[in-house]
Amino acid sequence: MRALRRPLPPWADIVLLPVINVALAFLTVGVLVALIGVNPLHALKLLIGGAIGSSESIGYTLYYTTNFIFTGLAVAVAFHAGLFNIGGEGQAYIGGLGCGLAVLALDRYLPGWILIPLAIAAAALFGAAWAAVPAWMQAWRGSHVVITTIMFNFVASALMVYLMVNVLIAPGSMTPQSRNFGPAGKIPSMHDALHTIGINVAPSALNLSILLAILCCVGVWVFLWHTPWGYALRTMGHNPEAAVYAGTNLKSMTMLAMCLSGGLAGFVGVNELMGVHQRIVLDFPAGYGFAGIAVALMGRSHPFGIVLAALLFGALQQGGAELAFEIPSMTREMVVVIQGLVILFSGALAHLPRPWLQSLLALRSS
Amino acid sequence: MDEAFSFVFLMVAATLRVATPLVLCAMGGLFSEKSGIIDVGLEGKMLMAAFFGAATASVSGSAWVGVAAAIVAAEALALLHGFACITWRGNQVVSGVAINIIAAGLTVVLGNAWFARGGQTPALVGDQRLMSLFFPTAGDNAIVYLALLSVPATWWIIERTRFGLRLRAVGEMPLAVDAAGISVTWLRYRAVLLCGLLAGLAGAYLSVAQGAGFGRDMTAGQGFIALAAIIFGKWRPFPAFGACLMFGLLDAIAIRLQGVKVSGIGEVPVQLILALPYLLTMFLLAGFIGRAVAPKAAGIPYEKER
Repeated sequence: MRALRRPLPPWADIVLLPVINVALAFLTVGVLVALIGVNPLHALKLLIGGAIGSSESIGYTLYYTTNFIFTGLAVAVAFHAGLFNIGGEGQAYIGGLGCGLAVLALDRYLPGWILIPLAIAAAALFGAAWAAVPAWMQAWRGSHVVITTIMFNFVASALMVYLMVNVLIAPGSMTPQSRNFGPAGKIPSMHDALHTIGINVAPSALNLSILLAILCCVGVWVFLWHTPWGYALRTMGHNPEAAVYAGTNLKSMTMLAMCLSGGLAGFVGVNELMGVHQRIVLDFPAGYGFAGIAVALMGRSHPFGIVLAALLFGALQQGGAELAFEIPSMTREMVVVIQGLVILFSGALAHLPRPWLQSLLALRSS
Repeated sequence: MDEAFSFVFLMVAATLRVATPLVLCAMGGLFSEKSGIIDVGLEGKMLMAAFFGAATASVSGSAWVGVAAAIVAAEALALLHGFACITWRGNQVVSGVAINIIAAGLTVVLGNAWFARGGQTPALVGDQRLMSLFFPTAGDNAIVYLALLSVPATWWIIERTRFGLRLRAVGEMPLAVDAAGISVTWLRYRAVLLCGLLAGLAGAYLSVAQGAGFGRDMTAGQGFIALAAIIFGKWRPFPAFGACLMFGLLDAIAIRLQGVKVSGIGEVPVQLILALPYLLTMFLLAGFIGRAVAPKAAGIPYEKER
């Protein structure tokens, strides 16, 4: 047997293996759904209908997709540098704080076309700053970003609860949320934006932040594969010694990779707060930071793959909500299970089907 | 005098109550990490154990059956972690993250499907719960004592037995262990299983002893605090135990200080005290308070040479 195990051809490695991994994850979910006593095919039908059945549901699917693109890209950029950023959750949270503070401070003085780019920059800056501390600790003090980013998620959460309850809470409000943003701090919804050019879509949470997400995909692609810094970053990820030999400063490259990653995660705050909530609220990252790991693994850390994976997870998020509405014994958390299983099968168990696939392909070619 | 004594007694009891799951998880994590398998999935194992513990206790009517089920649930995830990281040489952090996320989702999905209470299990009453053994007000149930016992036991196993010696060796230099003709795989699986056992007990403590039933995300980051305690204790049982007690005390103080004005300082933000375990660990990791060095082979899958 062992003699037959040649390395997989590139097409099988890049396309077939990841597809099999994701299929295994979904197969497991199917079994789980059946165990709960629901027909998996019926559930799948409801899920697809809920995700893309109407103009409104497509809107929500794309709105969730926007968040997944941001956090997926965030994890992917760090992956390429050989770093594992589990802190997307905290970075998204603090990024949201950044854009929220910018809007709260300036929405009475500036028009939207200046304020929105400023607030987006603030989100990136705050997210990057929250990632910079773990990055600095890895680069200069030798502690691992995995542990420090986990710790920083909790610190971010505690900080936000403190700020929302004691400082930013709107006067007279019972729930910990800030005052509403002024009209200048609102990113137009897709419904309104398309209406002005004469196209009618159903209102949903989808807003123009999705354009920022697409821009980020292109930006990350250009940066990683068409700039010297991106090249150095990927070299560091593949072989740090070679990177040093080629003249890369690993310390500053670690900082760069993590800050980019944190900034991208921070954009979740833009979509959530400026696009939808119109105020700073608690717990808006809602697991998107962790889901970004699944998106990046499934999309193989390539912007194109990430868009596909984010679309799938966006559809799952929206369809899952419909599904829970239709079948009382199902809950939205089924989507969380799927995310976890995708991380398991596409990440930790990524090589599980490889020997089997190798023997299969070897049999065919002989 | 009497009042001072009762205050101290209550604080000690409160500290131990909070520290018990941390201690169990930290000792479990120590076994795993000493063998070279990083375990960020402590949180998920504990959560899954808490759910299955409460669910089984509620259905069977016996707290101890619940504890057994909790251990089985945690062991299942421990085996999954071992299968991914030891057998398939997958990334240990990725596997741990996957386990955390799967547990967070699955407990609510199953809880909702079985009990239809939005992810909660029915409240446990009477024999379905472990009760205090000696001091009714202190909450000193059997698992608290097991946690206290687990510390010297862990120390003795790691420092004084042949298995412990090999465990430490496999976490530092698996090649040497392999060359001596000892199975790296089997050693690491045993470490991971020990970790599952202790994390299972910790989970059972949360839902069957300290609490009376399972609530979604009831571990609330305690698995990560245990991880911090391991680092804080520099991968040694007694110092890690000390860190758990310190974190437990911080928590007990935070509960006491809620809304209380301290003279000279004003109101101390409770969130700051709750974030202190993480902040202190960050300071430690930054090298400001001593140095914490992980087992050398931690995180690196062992590939046997052909």
